[in-house]
Amino acid sequence: MTGVQKRFPGVVALDGVDLDLMAGEVHILLGENGAGKSTLMKILSGAQSRDAGEILVDGAAASIDSPKAARALGISIIYQELTLVPQLSAPANVFLGKEPTTALGLLDVEKMKAQTRELLDGLGISINLDAPVGTLGIAEQQMIEVAKALSEKARILVMDEPTSALTSSEIEQLFAAIARLLARGVGIIYISHRMNEVERIGHRVSVMRDGKKIGTYKTKDVAIDELIRLMVGRPVGDHVPRRRATVGDEVLRVESLSRSQVLRDISFNLRRGEILGISGLLGAGRTELARALFGADLADSGKVTVKGTMAFVRSPADGISAGLGLLPEDRKTQGLVLGLSVRANIALTSAKRLSRFGLVDEAGEIALAKRYVEDLRIKTPNIEQCASALSGGNQQKIVLGKWLATGVDVLIMDEPTRGIDVAAKVEIYELMNRLTADGAGIVMISSELPEVLGMSDRILVMRGGRIAAEFSGENANQEVLLGAALGQAS
Amino acid sequence: MKSWIMAHARRVGTLVGLFLLGALLSFLSPFFLTASNLLNIMEQTAINAVIAVGMTFVILSAGIDLSVGSITALAGVVMANRLQAGTPLLVAILAGLTTGAVCGLVSGLLITRGKLPPFIATLGMMSVARGAALLFTDGRPISGFDESLRQLSTGRILSIPVPVILTVVLYALSIVLLSRTRFGRYVYAIGGNEEATRLSGVAVGFHKTLVYVLCGVTAALASVLLTARLNSAQPIAGMAYELDAIAAVVIGGTSLTGGLGTLGGTLIGALTMGVLRNGLNLLGISSFLQQIVIGIVIIAAVLMDSLVKSKRSH
Repeated sequence: MTGVQKRFPGVVALDGVDLDLMAGEVHILLGENGAGKSTLMKILSGAQSRDAGEILVDGAAASIDSPKAARALGISIIYQELTLVPQLSAPANVFLGKEPTTALGLLDVEKMKAQTRELLDGLGISINLDAPVGTLGIAEQQMIEVAKALSEKARILVMDEPTSALTSSEIEQLFAAIARLLARGVGIIYISHRMNEVERIGHRVSVMRDGKKIGTYKTKDVAIDELIRLMVGRPVGDHVPRRRATVGDEVLRVESLSRSQVLRDISFNLRRGEILGISGLLGAGRTELARALFGADLADSGKVTVKGTMAFVRSPADGISAGLGLLPEDRKTQGLVLGLSVRANIALTSAKRLSRFGLVDEAGEIALAKRYVEDLRIKTPNIEQCASALSGGNQQKIVLGKWLATGVDVLIMDEPTRGIDVAAKVEIYELMNRLTADGAGIVMISSELPEVLGMSDRILVMRGGRIAAEFSGENANQEVLLGAALGQAS
Repeated sequence: MKSWIMAHARRVGTLVGLFLLGALLSFLSPFFLTASNLLNIMEQTAINAVIAVGMTFVILSAGIDLSVGSITALAGVVMANRLQAGTPLLVAILAGLTTGAVCGLVSGLLITRGKLPPFIATLGMMSVARGAALLFTDGRPISGFDESLRQLSTGRILSIPVPVILTVVLYALSIVLLSRTRFGRYVYAIGGNEEATRLSGVAVGFHKTLVYVLCGVTAALASVLLTARLNSAQPIAGMAYELDAIAAVVIGGTSLTGGLGTLGGTLIGALTMGVLRNGLNLLGISSFLQQIVIGIVIIAAVLMDSLVKSKRSH
């Protein structure tokens, strides 16, 4: 791939990226969330189009405009989110879209079964071929995806974080299968966040950052520390205006919070006036923690104390009455009711307080909405404007306003500045400063390291559903945070 | 064997339910367990069972078709009109089936090309087809055909009523279509995970459209049986048939979210409803009360599913 470019409205996702792959090698692709790895791979596999650049397969220019065209060239991708039909069996999935039929036009079930078994044997795996794949383990499903790719005579295989959901013995099984693929001359592009895998299976490694490729190295020539430094490599926290507030009493205490598979034994506390940053990679359990705290998901065990009293948070309604608020990860689907007006959105959390005998107190709602539109400087023609018509930054302010209106003591913010422009970001940061100055505590989940470092008084790093490390705001830097998130002492 | 029972637990459950119901009714009424009554039940079930074939395909693909009752009426009056004009029976039937296919094609294209939700597209078709049937007949029934059509209702082969034989043949063919052909496989795949199916290179839109065509055809097929039985085609026939068909599919264990279910289950579901109606009639229970009982059975069947599912996921 040479000079590949991709623009999305307002962002350059890929800026002239070159990448090459040889037969029989594992080429590892490293980069932070949002560095452009996935976009690059989607372009290679035909799921997205490119704006500029060339892709050469076996030295010849290839036009890849659909997943089908990519597969015809022997390029297959295995997404992190597996794309199997859970209700169908393994052979049905492997041959989906290219089923062999008998002379009568009926499905040749026996042939599909035999060939699937052959493919899986070749990978050194045996699984139940009659069971719906949804009932099988993640590792087995992944092997079925690999078999599916092989049935298409794949010579270039892209694997997007294949080990993120596997146990260590399953990982060994996957690596053994990869070794067999390499022996057959298949080239593999392997996206990973796990540093130990770089040395373990990679021949070469490329680092991406901000839509650009930083460099390609032989894995034996480059140290892990160096790779982490290359992944981060940008100036830190220049436009994040944190003003420390006076830290007061403990407002939130979490003890041994657990939820099967996703949260393990989480304990921490938060004081008034404090911003607690939570860092970690995608899938580390950060959003799950936010949802469990707020009552959107039920925790299996653990104790949450808010303002010194034990809180039984079994639903978002409980969370709100305990004094918690959640600014969710996806503003459009979880934070706002897009079809409703600015007024209705702001008043949504205060509906109980603002109604009498079940009737909405319209004047009260209007006053409330006006107050926050003015206070937060939400740019809207009037408070009856549909929320979907506003910009991302202003939408986020509406979500903030709806929590300020309930008088939260603890605000949990999940990716508070995702997808909003720099000016609006700074405004959101200012509001966070004001909130803490007024004595609230904030738990801020963020994938943007500069934001975490710039805004947090303390930082927790999560990995695999656990708290992997804690840093004070002054002592942390991008290298140590990323190192902790990846499970590397650096 | 154990794994087979596990895999087919839902259908075995419905079948056991059907037998228990039959045993109870034969205990309560001496007339229930007679050969003539059982054949009677199958005959009465035939129309719903035939419509439910197409409905099963639609629901398996994670869709819904509300227009089948109206299509039954429209296809019936088109066929009756041809018969009155002296067209041979087979050609007249073909005209009716084509009518059903066209209605299904329009719904299917609205859903796949127009990106309408199936509920909306077929709700519109329900009204359009009903209106067309009324307009076409000026609101009056069409009757007075020669004996050949009547034979389809009253005829017997080896003392088995023709509608029952037709239904059994239709189910046999459809089961092969659903479980042994690419088309059938894609119906399950689309209902199970449409995006994964598309990424596998399957022409999802084409196959989805075909599902609605098939559903229109089976609805038209039911109109042949209905017109033969009444010896008349009514523009107001088939009111609320879509609800009976959906009920049969759902009682038969097919998931409304798609991807999971069988035609065998649907047949059992249709028979369960038939046995229930017949039995309640024999016991002299008012038709008002019957509606309540049938409603409860539908809810109980699906409730059982969701309880089993939520238990498994824990």
